[in-house]
Amino acid sequence: MKYVDTNQVQKKMTSRLLTNRIAKTLFLLATLFGLLVLVVLIYRVVAQSLGWIDFDFLNNRLSTNAERAGIKGAIMGTLWLMLVVAPVTLILGVGTAIYLEEYAKKGRLQAFIQMNISNLAGVPSIVFGILGLTIFVRGLNLGAVVLAGGFTMALLVLPVVVVASQEAIRAVPQFLREASYGMGATKWQTIKNVVLPAALPGILTGVILALSRAIGETAPLVVIGIPAFIIPLPDGLLDKFTVMPLQIYYWTIDSALVDEYANLAAATIVVLLLVLFIMNSIAVLIRNKFQRRF
Amino acid sequence: MKGVLSLEKDVTRESNTLSVREMIAKNKRSVSTASVLEGLMPKILLTIAIISILTTIGIVLTLLTETIAFFREVSFVEFFTGTVLKPLGESAQFGVLPLLTATIISSAIAMFVAIPIGLMTAVYLSEYASDRVRKLLKPMLEILAGIPTIVYGFFAFTFVTPLLTKLIPTLEPTNILSPGIVMGIMIIPMVASLSEDAMSSVPNAMREGALGLGSTKFEVTWKVVVPAAISGIVASFVLGISRAIGETMIVTIASGSNKVFTFDITQSMQTMTAYIVEVTGGDAPAGSTLYYSLYAVAMTLFVFTLVMNLIAQYISRKFREEY
Repeated sequence: MKYVDTNQVQKKMTSRLLTNRIAKTLFLLATLFGLLVLVVLIYRVVAQSLGWIDFDFLNNRLSTNAERAGIKGAIMGTLWLMLVVAPVTLILGVGTAIYLEEYAKKGRLQAFIQMNISNLAGVPSIVFGILGLTIFVRGLNLGAVVLAGGFTMALLVLPVVVVASQEAIRAVPQFLREASYGMGATKWQTIKNVVLPAALPGILTGVILALSRAIGETAPLVVIGIPAFIIPLPDGLLDKFTVMPLQIYYWTIDSALVDEYANLAAATIVVLLLVLFIMNSIAVLIRNKFQRRF
Repeated sequence: MKGVLSLEKDVTRESNTLSVREMIAKNKRSVSTASVLEGLMPKILLTIAIISILTTIGIVLTLLTETIAFFREVSFVEFFTGTVLKPLGESAQFGVLPLLTATIISSAIAMFVAIPIGLMTAVYLSEYASDRVRKLLKPMLEILAGIPTIVYGFFAFTFVTPLLTKLIPTLEPTNILSPGIVMGIMIIPMVASLSEDAMSSVPNAMREGALGLGSTKFEVTWKVVVPAAISGIVASFVLGISRAIGETMIVTIASGSNKVFTFDITQSMQTMTAYIVEVTGGDAPAGSTLYYSLYAVAMTLFVFTLVMNLIAQYISRKFREEY
């Protein structure tokens, strides 16, 4: 009795192998498609910005005259914004992570906070903008100033920092903690002197990635009502401000009226992408250089 | 550690001059400050942790109160079945359907791009690529994922739309097709990396079993790996949809603000997110129906994405195959 019909198998073999080969090519092409878009996007942006990025562009204030317009205000605004976002997310994010990993007992409250954080991460950024508009801009009557924008952004990127810090703290091996307890240290002393220093590279990587997300976000700041045209530079936490993504947004939608605005938008994009690239490189560097494996 | 060390130093230096009783008293004092801190820190940290819950409560409360105020002026039925959105003027009408269809259409176009390409990318990276190729390609995809959405918006408006106009001459300068496609490209890395994670966790023994029975690589992938990783793959699709629904800047820039109830993808349409941007940018006076409509739309958006995220969590928990 014959279990396998060899002829049948042979007949099917050609088409099976062909399908296999076609599928492999198709999968490769799909992968390359993403990269192709990346290359085209960067090429387009750089080509459009050529001749527009120079020292004057970085150092001039906003102007309706495309030739004289610069992004100094947007750069300063981004710096001021980070001055709020960085400490707030660091304290809130790392604090939450320490609580969840070191203090919280496995139970309802811990599970609830954890679920809450992962759901917050999925809330669209524009909804955070509405929260900021309602509570910080109108509720506390701050207006669309650095502090209000910074708080809004800090809440938006908080889940990123919490999750990264949790992973970093979890990766600190138990025997380090036990050694510290054995020396007579208390729980808080152990966290402060042993756990946090060991987890620091992971935490910093998370914070930098969170900041780079905040630098690139546009929607929440549009919603809290940052106007299209601000000439004075921000000089404090209660000053009105603008940031690079917003400048890109307004220049892009106005490029229908003035062609050169598209070039200005492209030039700002190049600066923004450079900043993000540098920040991400630093994050990768920290991760590779200082992350100890125990 | 520092505190303990310096204490020891003090003890050795001052042990000649201090009596034992004073030493104990001193120790007790420093212990008591430490124990105060010890008791305080968990409470401080708990307070900080609760801020994340307060954020959620804040979002829900602000959206809810203003949405309720909105539904006092506009009926629930009118909002969800009305096909006319005319927020300004004498006879203002607030039907959310134009926004809802625009959101669904743009997300559908996005997923039409992101699902096949993202899944094929994941298959290639997880099943076909050598380690070296994977190490080269993955960071590139991460760069694609890290590009701010505003840059994609610029790309859609100044490059993709003109390109598409050459193929479809009737395309409007702002339309839903171009941002839909670009949104799909933006979501590819997310679908690819989540699906790849799911496929990589399928144990090799299963692949080897299928290969041993004479399957081709494609058959192994399609009939063994993908079915085994299906919960993670579907969860990545659902998260992608949620991302597309909440995406703001690409559609705001490239799809314009035409509030029509239509299914014609060459036309300008306004999504829920773009409506929020337009209304807040226009300084709606607090207390007006227009102002409240902002919250009603945001609430709809919030509920949509929340449900999607919960579905994704449920799928990946419930249907996960454990090996």
